[in-house]
Amino acid sequence: MAIALKRWNRQALLAVLLVAPLAIFVAVTFLAPLAAMLVRSVYQPAVAEALPETLAALAEWDGDSLPDEETFRIAGREFVALNERRALGSVATRVNRLESGMRSTLLGTARSLAADTPAASWREAMIAADADWGAIESWLAIRRAGEVITPRYYLNALDLDRGGAGEIVVRPEDRRIYVSLLLRTLLISIAITGICLLLAYPLAWLLAHARPQRAGPLLLLVLVPFWTSLLVRTTSWIVLLQNQGVINDLLVTLGILAEQQRLALIYNMTGTIIAMVHVLLPFMILPLYSIMRTIPERHMQAAASLGASHWQALRRVYWPQSLPGVAAGSLLVFILSIGYYITPALVGGRTGQLISSMIAYHMEQSLNWGLAAALGGILLLLVGTLFFIYDRLAGVDRMRLGG
Amino acid sequence: MSAAASHNHNRLRSWLHRGFCAAVLIFLVAPVLVVIPLSFNAEPYFTFTEGMLRLDPDAWSLRWYRNVLGEGRWLPALGKSLLIGSGAALIATTLGTLAALGLSSPAMPGRGAVMALLISPMVTPIIITAAGMSFFYSDLGLGQTYTALILAHAVLGAPFVVISVSASLSGYNHDLNRAAANLGADWWTTLRRVQLPLIAPGVFTGALFAFAASFDEVVVVLFIGGPDQRTIPREMWSGIREQISPEILAVATFLIAFAVLLLAAVNWLRQRDYAGVS
Repeated sequence: MAIALKRWNRQALLAVLLVAPLAIFVAVTFLAPLAAMLVRSVYQPAVAEALPETLAALAEWDGDSLPDEETFRIAGREFVALNERRALGSVATRVNRLESGMRSTLLGTARSLAADTPAASWREAMIAADADWGAIESWLAIRRAGEVITPRYYLNALDLDRGGAGEIVVRPEDRRIYVSLLLRTLLISIAITGICLLLAYPLAWLLAHARPQRAGPLLLLVLVPFWTSLLVRTTSWIVLLQNQGVINDLLVTLGILAEQQRLALIYNMTGTIIAMVHVLLPFMILPLYSIMRTIPERHMQAAASLGASHWQALRRVYWPQSLPGVAAGSLLVFILSIGYYITPALVGGRTGQLISSMIAYHMEQSLNWGLAAALGGILLLLVGTLFFIYDRLAGVDRMRLGG
Repeated sequence: MSAAASHNHNRLRSWLHRGFCAAVLIFLVAPVLVVIPLSFNAEPYFTFTEGMLRLDPDAWSLRWYRNVLGEGRWLPALGKSLLIGSGAALIATTLGTLAALGLSSPAMPGRGAVMALLISPMVTPIIITAAGMSFFYSDLGLGQTYTALILAHAVLGAPFVVISVSASLSGYNHDLNRAAANLGADWWTTLRRVQLPLIAPGVFTGALFAFAASFDEVVVVLFIGGPDQRTIPREMWSGIREQISPEILAVATFLIAFAVLLLAAVNWLRQRDYAGVS
């Protein structure tokens, strides 16, 4: 007994040692970057580091009336000094995200204060340079931009904001973007999953119950697109669907459409859905196929001989047995589609974009990395939850690659 | 319903079912195939010209292939893709095979959770991974380097190796290890002489998957790669977005041929796999 236990322990140690290199590698090169992103979604020290004295002075301020002359003087000097080091621009951009107009207010004021240092009151000089300094909101925005740990990117990502007293309020209707985009992403993903299931189920059935000599070549037809580069498949859809593309040309040549009636099949949501169904369909077919192969066809015959109609047998006998495959395939397709980026980015145009495009936009164009990180955090939470359910339901250790 | 009517009914349903399946298969394959003839278009269009349909030899040409092979954009891109892909596949295959061996041991503690962790790079939306990596590698001063891209693609490819080697190992008889031990082989000899040869098809399949994943990856390249790391997918991306030309279709045709070769290799390996799984 003791010897057996010792041997077991040695085997466990060996197993852990074998797994450790990859586990450490994943932790360092994958989990650490995700952590770096999550940190950015709440931790933004840039403004606090740039304006330490102003923020210290504003910490004492009551927030109800304009700050005192001393605070104006400290802030004004700090703005001028920062601008001389060409560091005011990025601070001004960050403050501007909380109170629009503040970018030009900050930069303009810094320039005029530098050109003409106030002899008497900084307060009057700054309000003269830009009337915004007479508004409490401007100062609140600076104080809020100086928070090192901040929930504001998550609030922003959920279309929320903070009011004057720090209470959470819903953004005005014309500035609500992300919640509806997230909901649209979920709806489109559900639609794509549904379409994939509808197309895949009969095909997987045929593949699973055909004679092996016939199923083999048919399965290859599923696997070829699965192995083909995603960019190639996306290119193909552009070739097929665009205005002067193969399908429109065909419809016009056959006289089904007039020349000016060409269908807008791409660079919109239609294009996104068609191309994504094509890309994700094998991820539905393959799990269904591997489950259906284990369901004896005799069960359907048995049900029929007991008097069940085809549909009854399908619904009451076959479908329940295929549910593990349905669940695994659907969850996989759903998980992959809510985070999909490449296909919508290339064929989605302006109206066919999903939440992932917003993350890319804030990463690359607006450079609002905090917001990109917060949107990423929300998406990650969603995908993580679904992956957890998938693991419980289908088991990641039973995942297979392409048939 | 009479027996004859029911029989006809069944046949009709069976034909409808087959017709539907044929339509789905056409939907899957046709878009991939349509690119191939169009890549021989003599005109810079993305659709069949009248001449092509009349099979007029003048309407067909190899000009886009000459451009791809002659002009100095795609061949360097191929070199970069091969460099990153093989580096990433090497790391992913080494670490992934070891991990799968550990995971296959009945004594491995916390198996399910560890497996979920190791697979997670495969299901995490690539845009999130890419955003996180771009923060991470630029903080480390490794932005726009081959090192960063190879490491990034290695971690994205490792799950494929873990899955495919695990599948090979699931049919593996662990009594063989005990038998080898009884014959005096130490752990390393057993691994090298008994276990690895038997799971080699799974290891190669995983390596091919990891390489293919890197060879087709564009989002991480966009986010952490610099002008030096313009791989084939990166060139395709800008080709599709900016200056779409039938050159892309010629490259696509090469990539389709590459995919068919990969698929054939994986199928061949699967037949060699003693457990018959992959």
